[in-house]
Amino acid sequence: MENKIIGIKNLHYSYPDGTKALCDINLEIQRGESLGIIGSNGAGKSTLLLHFNGILRGRGEISVLGNNLTDKNLPLIRSMVGLVFQDADSQLFMPTVFDDVSFGPINMGMPRQDVEKSVKKALKEVDMLVSIKRSSHHLSVGEKKRIAIATVLSMNPQILVLDEPSSNLDPKHRRALIKLLNMLEMTKIIATHDLDLISQTCSRVVLMEEGKIVSGGLCPDFLAEAASLC
Amino acid sequence: MNHSFIDEHSHIDSALSRLDARIKIISFFAFIFFIVFTAPGSILSFALDGLLLLTLIAFSKIPISYIFKRCLVIVPFILMTAFFLPFWQQGETIPLFQIGTFQANVSAAGWIMFQSVLIKGIFSVACLTLLTASTPFPQLLAALEDLKFPQLIIMILSFMYRYIFLIEDEAMKMWQAMKSRRAGGSRWLHLKAIANMLGTLFIRSYERGETVYLAMRSRGFNGTFKQSHNFELRRYDLAFLFNIFLALVSIKLLDNFLGK
Repeated sequence: MENKIIGIKNLHYSYPDGTKALCDINLEIQRGESLGIIGSNGAGKSTLLLHFNGILRGRGEISVLGNNLTDKNLPLIRSMVGLVFQDADSQLFMPTVFDDVSFGPINMGMPRQDVEKSVKKALKEVDMLVSIKRSSHHLSVGEKKRIAIATVLSMNPQILVLDEPSSNLDPKHRRALIKLLNMLEMTKIIATHDLDLISQTCSRVVLMEEGKIVSGGLCPDFLAEAASLC
Repeated sequence: MNHSFIDEHSHIDSALSRLDARIKIISFFAFIFFIVFTAPGSILSFALDGLLLLTLIAFSKIPISYIFKRCLVIVPFILMTAFFLPFWQQGETIPLFQIGTFQANVSAAGWIMFQSVLIKGIFSVACLTLLTASTPFPQLLAALEDLKFPQLIIMILSFMYRYIFLIEDEAMKMWQAMKSRRAGGSRWLHLKAIANMLGTLFIRSYERGETVYLAMRSRGFNGTFKQSHNFELRRYDLAFLFNIFLALVSIKLLDNFLGK
């Protein structure tokens, strides 16, 4: 089995107003790997994440599990790459937790009985099964983050992409999040400023600056070097 | 932040809250239909409608003061639309008030019409308030979807329910930030700041809409909303529906025979 799960070659992206956001990105991510993406504000971390499941489409090549990112492959790729947005309130747009977590599986065409099973499994994984019938706006920030992760886990993704997962979390919820991320066995890509979170959850890290990947390395050694740059 | 929820009483366990949401929607809309088509001046019909409404409120265990307060909100709008009815209608006139030598007369038919519009408006709003207060909003949306209401309207209602509190929060935070930096200054300056605040709120809401759409697309949304709901009709629901229709038809018949 091929070990490379995501491959990016010569990716360039400019926003409609002409701002260059990504410039010649080349990246390979291996199966089961936890990759941290660090960099200052505006470095292009979130823009890069939006390319992993085709929300943004730049110039260059992206392949996920050997499938090139094309219009035809989009549904398949979106079912393989689960994207968790920075602001959980944007991720949770349905009236109840159940509706939110079932949104992805239903769109994937999963049969009703499987949807229910998948929702319960995902909520159990994030330890939020008791909240299945609650309204999303009644949840605390920490709970919303967990449910946001469950919304993509219910789609059984092979790759979990998280944008600033620890933002706005208190220390207790942050610890719980780290524990949860370490429990999840799939490939993870985490973009964050939180170097401590990276050190506890990632095996490899890349540093972005002005839309480019400027350096990278294995976690404990590289972080010490990068700390001064973030 | 503290918010008021339109379904804040939906957790109360009552005969009404236990009903299938679809049955409730059909029943209350039928009730409104009968109210709207009651002939102006049918006092007996209005009295019996009011009695039925009070019975339903009692069954729901929702405080009557809550329903009453919600109904008051609509009164100015009804008054605005119905205010000229007594003056426009032709026919027999009745004196309304006299100031010195000036006497204001209104049409008798118009006056009855005005009262009927006011009663119909209040009763209809009371019905809708009772429906929304006794049913969790997500259930209401699911029921509307099951009853084949237009998807777009359901989606708008769903997003409104989900995000109205966030927008309220953002507005409150901006208001506090503005107040914290407001030391003196003219009233004109404050009004300008409020106008800017509203503009910012609109832009933020628009941006949030964009992000929500991205989040939806990343989870496979292709423009069609697909939901799965489990509704089961019970004998209890059907009995309620039958009784409501029986009551409404009886009111209509009683009014026809006795009300004239």
